[in-house]
Amino acid sequence: MSLHRTGATRREILLTGAAGIGAALIMIEPAAATPETMQRAIRQLVGEAPIKKGKVTLDVPALVENGNSVALTIDVASAMTAKDYVKAIHVFNEKNPLPNVISAHLGPRSGRAKISTRFRLADTQTIVAIAELSDGTFWSASADVIVTLQACLENLD
Amino acid sequence: MARALINVPPKAKRGDIIEIKTLISHIMETGFRRDNVGKPIPRNIITQFTCTYNGEEIFSADLHPAIAANPFISFSTVATDSGTITFEWTGDNGFHETGSAKITVE
Repeated sequence: MSLHRTGATRREILLTGAAGIGAALIMIEPAAATPETMQRAIRQLVGEAPIKKGKVTLDVPALVENGNSVALTIDVASAMTAKDYVKAIHVFNEKNPLPNVISAHLGPRSGRAKISTRFRLADTQTIVAIAELSDGTFWSASADVIVTLQACLENLD
Repeated sequence: MARALINVPPKAKRGDIIEIKTLISHIMETGFRRDNVGKPIPRNIITQFTCTYNGEEIFSADLHPAIAANPFISFSTVATDSGTITFEWTGDNGFHETGSAKITVE
């Protein structure tokens, strides 16, 4: 009797375990952007225009303990005059569920093309910032970030 | 009712570049998470932030789910005239919040 009960308990445990694995498998979704989706998002924005390296400074910590809130500062070297200014700053990521982070629209009245925000990182990845200038050129900078605690995909307990 | 914190220098010299900092309390739910019974939690984020200086738009930003909860945004502007700088956040589920700050330019 006691043996039988032990068996049943074990079976229950195994069943629960199997159900758990099943649930875990269902949770895994193709919800991660890839470097290719980031490239597509960038191309959608800039079209066929060439993207040059430089002018943009992307300030983001190299090692992040908590991906839920990461400080990000983008500074673009520009005189910010009525004829020569930064129109927009766009930030993209490789491995979050979606490739876009922020698009900021500036103008000559900004005085300085510098923005700061805080964002989420779902994985260790490369961040790309692209500045769109008033003369139609695009400039970029990228940074690699190592993330130990991932954001975005965690579930509530 | 969300709480917004706005930091604008109260006084500036004409032509100075001033830094504006804003922070608003908002969950910024990504739409990719699930609750304890596996049900997807619907997206609830702020999608748009706009700043106007005496009625003229000087800065705007499109936000995505990758922006951390309680969105913090800082940017610069040239102090041109005394007046009011207003801030507007709009988002999912009809979210709408405004704030303003006075500035004296001499």
